[in-house]
Amino acid sequence: MRVRPYGDRALILDLDDAGEVVSWVSAIREARLPGVADVVPAARTVLVAAADGTDVGALAAVLQHVEVDPGRGEAEPSAAEVRDDEIVIRVEYGGPDLGDVGELTGLGPDGVVAAHTATSWRVAFGGFAPGFAYLVGGDPRLQVPRRHTARTSVPSGAVGLAGEYSGIYPRPSPGGWQLIGTTDAVLWDLDRDPPALLRPGATVRFEAVRV
Amino acid sequence: MRELEVVRPGPLALVQDLGRPGWSAVGVGRSGAADRGAYQLANRLLANPEGAAAVEVTLGGFDVAARGGDVWVAVTGAPVELRVGRRVVDPYAAVCVREGERLRLGVPKAGLRSYVAVRGGVDVPPVLGSRSRDVLAAIGPAPLVVGDRLPVGRPPRTYPQVDAVPVPVHDGDVALRVVRGPRDDWVRDADGLVRDRWTVSPHSDRVGMRLEGPPMRPAVPGRQLPSEGAYRGAVQVPPGGEPVVFLADHPVTGGYPVVGVVVDADVDRAAQARPGQSLRFRWI
Repeated sequence: MRVRPYGDRALILDLDDAGEVVSWVSAIREARLPGVADVVPAARTVLVAAADGTDVGALAAVLQHVEVDPGRGEAEPSAAEVRDDEIVIRVEYGGPDLGDVGELTGLGPDGVVAAHTATSWRVAFGGFAPGFAYLVGGDPRLQVPRRHTARTSVPSGAVGLAGEYSGIYPRPSPGGWQLIGTTDAVLWDLDRDPPALLRPGATVRFEAVRV
Repeated sequence: MRELEVVRPGPLALVQDLGRPGWSAVGVGRSGAADRGAYQLANRLLANPEGAAAVEVTLGGFDVAARGGDVWVAVTGAPVELRVGRRVVDPYAAVCVREGERLRLGVPKAGLRSYVAVRGGVDVPPVLGSRSRDVLAAIGPAPLVVGDRLPVGRPPRTYPQVDAVPVPVHDGDVALRVVRGPRDDWVRDADGLVRDRWTVSPHSDRVGMRLEGPPMRPAVPGRQLPSEGAYRGAVQVPPGGEPVVFLADHPVTGGYPVVGVVVDADVDRAAQARPGQSLRFRWI
């Protein structure tokens, strides 16, 4: 782990992989450090914003003493394992890019569905829109590039793939991910506590709905 | 109940407070007043508690009427000509708007965002602990429109200690101090940021201030940075090479390299820079 300054009010931790990110975010949250205003997990980094009145130098020193459990980020249960805290997302597969993804991966459409549903995914971080979660840890054969041109409008509930991630659009928005299905799961609801269905660290399994 | 009725919102009028920190992990940024110093000053002029919601008015033109009683207001930020009824009054001071009277803001000659605070605060329902409108996340009170009635909260028990404060200068060249990195090595020549003169683009908003100038070239063309957390003041260089300075409603994560981050004390100044204004950076 390497700490770099991010302006005069925040720090960014450079880490090796998504698993380390999950471990660090859990550790920082559980340590309940008084000088932390916000923690922003991302692909290979964690940004830590200092609370008003806290010096970033002091915060950097405190972070060096946070105890991190490396096991936290590695929980990738096998296909047979069922977890109590697993969130099941029911998907009607057949999005506009399912055929393309089938060709790009060589799996064919049915193979893509099988690979997407066979293993659990983990929420690595949020961003892009309220309730959007970057899911990692799925079948590595599903890694596909973004579309060459982004769509101006992707419907709410669209399930997509891009790079090492899978994700679900929480509301209609422009987007460049390859769309392979749709779900009616409500990703973001301000009248729900907590409003986000998928939060960093959560385990997600996709399930194909027969229509 | 005392209210402010919106007669004309002007180009953009948004309810703002100190924002909602702590929700980044689920994709909601902090938001809040773009010029925090001006917003806090307006509240201090009225002895409001810290964090009382006010109205952020972009490029003036805001016009409201007091309903249900007299309302004390203070206007700070980009200096505007201010009228209460037919009287011309000073910004940067507490002013009483009598029941039925109108408060009208002119157009600022310099600066971009003015803050209209009311004694007691704008008492609309909070969303995730804040009354701020986040234009990127589309969370919080909707942009104000004609006919909106803004409830005014109960006045605080304390009384203002100051009548008026000096108006800061908003015109001339903008100079912003920047902490180098974290991804300064992702562009071929990060020093271009402090060497060149930049012009504020008309495509700037609360998400980010876009700059026009000589494009900054990537160190390795086509190399993609994995998404990372962002923060107010971050100077991000998208593929086009013209930097963007993240303001209050910036995305919580971004995939383009951040070559430097404007020091927190200078971000308010960035939020007041107008399209066409000249701007420089300086490493610290």
